[in-house]
Amino acid sequence: MQLEELRFGTELLKRGFAKMQKGGVIMDVTTSEQAVIAEEAGAVAVMALQAVPADIRKMGGVARMADPKIIMEIIDTVSIPVMAKVRIGHFAEAQILEAIGVDMIDESEVLTPADEFHVDKARFTVPFVCGARNLGEALRRIKEGAAMIRTKGEAGTGDVREAVRHMRLICGTIRSLRGMNEEELLKVSRDIEADYDLVLECRQMQRLPVVNFAAGGIATPADASLMMQMGADGVFVGSGIFKSEKPEVMASAIVEAVNNYRDPKRMAEISRGLGDPMKGIDAGTLPEGEVLQTRGW
Amino acid sequence: MVVEIRGPGIVPGCDGLILPGGESTTISRHLARTGVGEEIRAAAGSGVPVMATCAGLIVISEEIVEETRFVPLGLLKVRVGRNAFGSQKESFEADIEVKGFASPYRGVFIRAPAIVGWSRDVEVLAKIDDAAVAVRQSRLLGLAFHPELTADGRFHDIFLGMIREVKTDVGDRR
Repeated sequence: MQLEELRFGTELLKRGFAKMQKGGVIMDVTTSEQAVIAEEAGAVAVMALQAVPADIRKMGGVARMADPKIIMEIIDTVSIPVMAKVRIGHFAEAQILEAIGVDMIDESEVLTPADEFHVDKARFTVPFVCGARNLGEALRRIKEGAAMIRTKGEAGTGDVREAVRHMRLICGTIRSLRGMNEEELLKVSRDIEADYDLVLECRQMQRLPVVNFAAGGIATPADASLMMQMGADGVFVGSGIFKSEKPEVMASAIVEAVNNYRDPKRMAEISRGLGDPMKGIDAGTLPEGEVLQTRGW
Repeated sequence: MVVEIRGPGIVPGCDGLILPGGESTTISRHLARTGVGEEIRAAAGSGVPVMATCAGLIVISEEIVEETRFVPLGLLKVRVGRNAFGSQKESFEADIEVKGFASPYRGVFIRAPAIVGWSRDVEVLAKIDDAAVAVRQSRLLGLAFHPELTADGRFHDIFLGMIREVKTDVGDRR
């Protein structure tokens, strides 16, 4: 077969990759040892980071893309896909991650934003996931080429409330499109600053046109079940695993929770004896300057 | 009727099984932990048709190149290489020639495996270079790509044909 006949980086391949993650848990890891723990526990992918969001909060300063050395070590260690984060708008960091063979890039508000513009993701061969607080943000990111959306929540807090709010907003707004006529849909598209055709697509499909994960504050199996029941296609767990008392146990329990989220009896068994979850911070008490979800637009 | 299988007890009632794409390590762990893997082995052993795509193909294979983390179900007598074409960046779409198809088939290969070795019982339906990407062994259909992501239903037709075949056999015996 001639190599010219192969087509790379198409929308179908990017969105298809994201679909293969459905029903799974993606875990933040900072070392290859942690990546092995995540893979053993049944994670569908890992997010390679220099520090988990809770530590990024504590450290302060500028948060940047992780050292490629750490990411490459993790790629060599596990067989599941490896994702990594870039600063909002930092396309040069994204080029580096693409060059080292990361499977998906998270353009993330957890890192310090580099630009008021987001990365033009359609230009890349590697797929992107982006955070969103509402339908407008989600559709702007999809228009830029994001193959997957996740709620922003409030990363590094271990408080699920903001992820819940964002998921309700996204799903609720899509539900409200159902009975609207053309003029009303046009107005929504203007009000939320989103592409009209994407608004129509959401109305027709009654969901986002790409896979939609929950992220930002998930710390227990019950949190994971809550987000799945609210309509998430899967969950990202950041600090919730490696900031808990027994990371191996917590990691497996959250994977099991995503597999059995509709079954309260199984959920009760899964939630038993896991040790202390991450201590966390009440997201409502954060001073304005420490809120991550308002980064990006 | 199509049912989703997330736990034990459902496989024994099925006329055909589809093992979809996803992450083979994750799927294998889940199959072993829940006992669904054994149920699939038993069903396939009694002649229930199985269509396995991408990660599913890895899961039902006999041997995986350089894999020590899990043991596949060993239904399909093939040796597969995981992520044989590289990382997501190297994922591709390509028109492939398939034995028995009148026109090329658009294959969607996402971090796809490739079949690098096979037994004489295995019929190769499509190849890319030296590797097989679509094979059939009795009522097992193994595909390295994702037929569920395109509108072309020709592989699904083969699978449904296998199910009809089994139903007719059972009918004849009665």
